[in-house]
Amino acid sequence: MGAAGAGRLARPPYRPGYAHVGWRAGTATTVAVLALASAPFFLAPYATTALTRMLIFALLAASLDLLVGITGLPSLGHAAYFGVGAYAAGWIAGHGTAAAPAPLLAAVAAGALMAVALGWVAVRSSGVFFLIITLALAEVVRQLAVSWEPVTGGSNGMYGIAATRVGGTALTNVAHLHWYVLFWFLVGLLVLWSLSASPFGATLRGIRDNEPRMRAVGYRPFRYKLAAFVAAGAVAGLAGGLLAAQQRLATPEDLGFTTSALALLAVVIGGSGTIWGPCLGAALVILVRDSFGPSLDGHGPLVLGLVFIVVVYAMPRGVAGVRWSRRRPQLRTKAG
Amino acid sequence: MSLRVRDLRSGYRQGEVLHGVDLDVDRGRALALLGRNGAGKSTLLLTLMGLVRPTGGSVRLDGRELAGARTDQIARAGVALVPQGRRIWPTVTVREHLVLANRRGGGGRAWTIDGVLDLFPGLAVRRRHVGWQLSGGEQQMLAMARSLLTGPSVILLDEPSEGLAPAAVDQVASAVRTVIDGGVAVLLVEHDLHLAFAVADSVAVLARGAVVHQVDTAAFRRDPDTAHRLLGVAT
Repeated sequence: MGAAGAGRLARPPYRPGYAHVGWRAGTATTVAVLALASAPFFLAPYATTALTRMLIFALLAASLDLLVGITGLPSLGHAAYFGVGAYAAGWIAGHGTAAAPAPLLAAVAAGALMAVALGWVAVRSSGVFFLIITLALAEVVRQLAVSWEPVTGGSNGMYGIAATRVGGTALTNVAHLHWYVLFWFLVGLLVLWSLSASPFGATLRGIRDNEPRMRAVGYRPFRYKLAAFVAAGAVAGLAGGLLAAQQRLATPEDLGFTTSALALLAVVIGGSGTIWGPCLGAALVILVRDSFGPSLDGHGPLVLGLVFIVVVYAMPRGVAGVRWSRRRPQLRTKAG
Repeated sequence: MSLRVRDLRSGYRQGEVLHGVDLDVDRGRALALLGRNGAGKSTLLLTLMGLVRPTGGSVRLDGRELAGARTDQIARAGVALVPQGRRIWPTVTVREHLVLANRRGGGGRAWTIDGVLDLFPGLAVRRRHVGWQLSGGEQQMLAMARSLLTGPSVILLDEPSEGLAPAAVDQVASAVRTVIDGGVAVLLVEHDLHLAFAVADSVAVLARGAVVHQVDTAAFRRDPDTAHRLLGVAT
C-alpha cells in the first residue's frame, strides 16, 4: 500500500477512522479484557453465567454491526445464523465429537453456508426491502427448525447437548466455560475489527456511503456485500456455537424474530459502525431482559423500548457515538 | 485515437434527454462541453459512465464498444468520472479513498498514490481524515485523485470549479493541464468559461440533447456572437 510518500509530511492533529488504534483505545481494551477475564474470581456463579451470556450475545450483535453499521445492510434475520450455529454445534457434539474446537468449527461453517445461500438472495436488495427479505428468510429457517423434529428436536429444541471437552475435560465449570467463551469472543471480535479496518472494510463503507461511486471506480458491490454477509453469518454462527456450549440447549427461539430484533436493538443502542459499541448495547439488552425483566413481572421488553427511545433522542449515534473526551477535535463540518 | 461517441441516445423514465450525440476526444486533448442548464451535459457524462443506460448509439474507447456495459466494466476499461458535487465517501479516509481506487486501477497505469499526492499536496496532510471533514476544494482534489488512480484513458469532469474559491479553481486548472499533458483525454463540463478556455483545446456546445456546434477554443473565442447566441453569455 502506498501512502508511504506522505510520511515525510507533518502529522495531522486529529486522527479519526477505525484503522488506527490510539493508546487510549488500547488501554481501554486491555482493562476491559482483564476485567472480563478476572470476573469469575469476584462474581457469584449465577452472575458469571449472566456475563458469559452477555459475551455471546455481544458477539452476535458485533457480527450484525458488520452488516448494519459498516455495510449499511439492516438485517432483521441475523438470529438465523446464530441459531443454525447453535444447532450445528449441538448436533456435532452429539453425533460427532464434543472435543473443542470441532463444535465451534461446525457452527462457523453452518452459519457461513446458510449466509451464502440466503445472502445470495437478500443482498440483491437494500434498505427496507433488505429488512423484510432477511426477516422472511429467517422465519423460514425457524419453521424448518420447528418441523424437522428428528434432527432439531422440534419446538422443544435440542436439549442435553454434550458438554464441550477441552483436553479431555468437560467444560461444566462456570468459570472455565466463561474463559472458553471469552477467548472465542475475542477471536471473533478481532476478526470483525480486522475486516472493518482493512481495505475490504473501507470498500464496504464506500458501498454504504455511495454505491454508484464504488461501481464508477471499478468495483462490483454485490460481491463485497455478499462477502460481508457471509463473514457476519460465520461470526454469528460462532456465537451460536458458544451458546450451545454454554446453555447446552438450542431452541427455535434462538433463531427467531425476537433474538434478531434484540440484536438489532443492541447495535442501535450501542452505536452502529464501531463494533465495540454494539457489545455494550448487547450487555445492556441482556441485563434488562434477564436481570431486570423477571423482577419487573415480564415487562422487560417495555423497559427495553424506553431505553431505545431515550437512546434515539439523547444519543442518536448510540453509546459509542457520545464524545467522552472533553478535548474536542477541530473539525470542519462540511458535508459531502 | 481515444473516445468516439456516435448517435448516443439516453434519458430517464420521463423521456429521452440525449437525442443522438456525436463527440470525439483524443488522448492528450481536452474538450469543453458547454450548454445551458438542462441541455443534457451531466446526463451525457452519466451515460458515458454507464450510470444512466443508453437507449441507442455507440461509445467506443480505443475501438472497444462500451455502450450498454456495466459501470464497473466501463471504469476498468479506462473511463473515470469526477462527478458534480464530488461524491466522495464521507466516512472513508483520504488514504483509504486512494487505496481503494488504486486497487481497481487498470494495467499500465500512469498514476501512483505518491504521484497524485505530489499533484495535490493538500491531500497528504489530510490523509487520515474522513471525507466529510474536508473542505470543498480538498474534496474536489480527492475526487480527481481517486479518478486518476483507476488508470483512466478518459476523464469526465463535471463542474470541477463549482463552489470553489478562486485559488482552488486555479489549482484545479493546473492539475487538469498536468493530467492532459500526461496523455489522458479530458471531457470537461464547466460553467466557468475562464477555466474551460484555460484547459480545453476545443469546445462543443450541447443544446436540447445534441451537439449543435463544435470548434477549437481559439476560434470559439474569436466568435462572441455565436457564443452569445448559443449560451446566452458574453465571452
